[in-house]
Amino acid sequence: MSSTSNSPTHHTSTIGAIGAPSRRNTELALLVFAVVIPVFAYANVGLAINDSVPPGLLSYGLGLGLLAGVGHLVVRKFAPYADPLMLPLATLLNGLGLVVIWRLDQSKRLSNYAEAAPRQLLYSAMGVALLAVVLIFLKDHRVLQRYTYISMAGALFLLILPLVPGLGANIYGAKIWIKIPGLGTLQPGEFAKIVLAVFFAGYLMVKRDALALASRRFMGLYLPRGRDLGPILVVWVISILILVFETDLGTSLLFFGMFVIMLYVATERTSWIVFGLLMSAVGAVGVASFEPHIQTRVQAWLDPMREFELSRAGVQDGVVHSEQAMQALWAFGSGGTLGTGLGQGNSDLIGFAANSDFILATFGEELGLAGVMAILLLYGLIIERGVRTALAARDPFGKLLAIGLSGAFGLQVFVVAGGVMGLIPLTGMTLPFVAYGGSSVIANWALIGILLRISDTARRPAPAPAANPDAEMTQVVRPS
Amino acid sequence: MSELTLTVMRLGFLAVLWLFVIVAVQVIRSDLFGTRVTQRGSRREAGRQQQAARQAPPQQRQQSGGGRRGRNAPTKLVVTEGTLTGTTVALQGQTITLGRAHDSTIVLDDDYASSRHARIYPDRDGQWIVEDLGSTNGTYLDRTRLTTPTPIAPGAPIRIGKTVIELRK
Repeated sequence: MSSTSNSPTHHTSTIGAIGAPSRRNTELALLVFAVVIPVFAYANVGLAINDSVPPGLLSYGLGLGLLAGVGHLVVRKFAPYADPLMLPLATLLNGLGLVVIWRLDQSKRLSNYAEAAPRQLLYSAMGVALLAVVLIFLKDHRVLQRYTYISMAGALFLLILPLVPGLGANIYGAKIWIKIPGLGTLQPGEFAKIVLAVFFAGYLMVKRDALALASRRFMGLYLPRGRDLGPILVVWVISILILVFETDLGTSLLFFGMFVIMLYVATERTSWIVFGLLMSAVGAVGVASFEPHIQTRVQAWLDPMREFELSRAGVQDGVVHSEQAMQALWAFGSGGTLGTGLGQGNSDLIGFAANSDFILATFGEELGLAGVMAILLLYGLIIERGVRTALAARDPFGKLLAIGLSGAFGLQVFVVAGGVMGLIPLTGMTLPFVAYGGSSVIANWALIGILLRISDTARRPAPAPAANPDAEMTQVVRPS
Repeated sequence: MSELTLTVMRLGFLAVLWLFVIVAVQVIRSDLFGTRVTQRGSRREAGRQQQAARQAPPQQRQQSGGGRRGRNAPTKLVVTEGTLTGTTVALQGQTITLGRAHDSTIVLDDDYASSRHARIYPDRDGQWIVEDLGSTNGTYLDRTRLTTPTPIAPGAPIRIGKTVIELRK
């Protein structure tokens, strides 16, 4: 390493797999740490709200520990060379999310809503179970390459489901849920994200040469041929249709952004990023100009205080005014640098969405800037591990799939955090692992499972020299 | 619960949270992730700079380096051109297969490559050999098209379609 630091002038470097140790014990140590932190937070909330250590501390700690332990054992057995950081990071985020959801359950202001923490623990268990299923049954991620076009059909099917009459459920203006009788609601878009990444990776692997090479240079940009623009136009139209029919800005942005990221990585052409940004801007402005649900979101973003006052005054002008955007900003503000302490904030004023879309506001108030930065860094580390997995992967499909999944994960965090903090208009998406919501937690554990599988394949030392039947017969000619 | 206890817990929790982040970054920093960054291109120059920086026993180093064959044996395979540029594979006595087949060690995404194009393996003396597996467009070592299994000189480029690989120390 010293030579690299001594010679800053050399820009070319190679990053590749070496025969690495499996690092499973590092993962175990980090996992213990990642379980202890939420248990500490849980005790802290109990002491702050009820003046006593909460009675559920032991069962809650054991529950989270059991999840982490099962995850670790499955990884140790079925993906021994997988990245050691992803599982602890996801466990910590999931645990912190559980603590804050439980903390909002304790709030007297929210007492007329059903308890969410036990359900969230159940969803987390289902998520870890799905991670185990992915790791046990997906022996090699390259198998997914066979299902490129089936994935496309599957993803479209999942996206259309919420629009089917009788199956879809319109909750607070967005039609992204389906009702399963007796089980509750499901958000197919969360799963479509993973399936669509498989399709994009398989498709771009085959088509990337045509997309990258057949182009004309114009004003410093590579303009692709008209027919090569087809796929990006199709994806654009689909994401616009999602926006119009399901009024879901977040999912639409997520899918289009993921496609542009993967297109850029596959072709190394900056022009795709320029096209992507232009097209998403045109699409968003176009739809926002006639869709009232999106318009209120944009207004709440531009002038949250006015929306708050309109809502307080009870103005009935045909659109729903929301106080939440302003309340979230107040929560961040009153948290300050170090926060009010767990259980001592007033972010429960936000109401029904406090533990789902707006959960980051609770972190902002009770842990302050220092806490939110740590949470965002934890997300950043998961994304970094995903990108590193893509760099180390030896097959183009694995590279693209890993970059697509971690890109989608990063975009989702950006869209939610940016929305809650008032950087971009708020969209109804869930903060991965932290926010209350079964589909999101389960789908993101599956996403981590696929990334673990790719990183296991990428870091696994090549198998022992196979018995070489030709070795005896072949004569090696040595030039003397 | 007293105000003081809660303040201590609040700050303690933030400290523990950041400690986790720092530990996680340390795990990354110690490069435990099966990847390492190595210099490409002007390696010789980098080596010279490194020696100049150390100044101490350059001659001894060179002598010990030039000794047995074992020291000169390449330790990794580097892709220097093509879509996989930058990929390295550690050479640990295993056979490396190259081709478009999904189960190849290095999966070539190249219209000029066959599904099982070539393989690279060590013979009994530890010399690395490249062998063309009857590919359509051929495997080239330097400028010559391979017809028989041929030993690889260190640094000699092996060309398959648009992909070029080298063995390095």
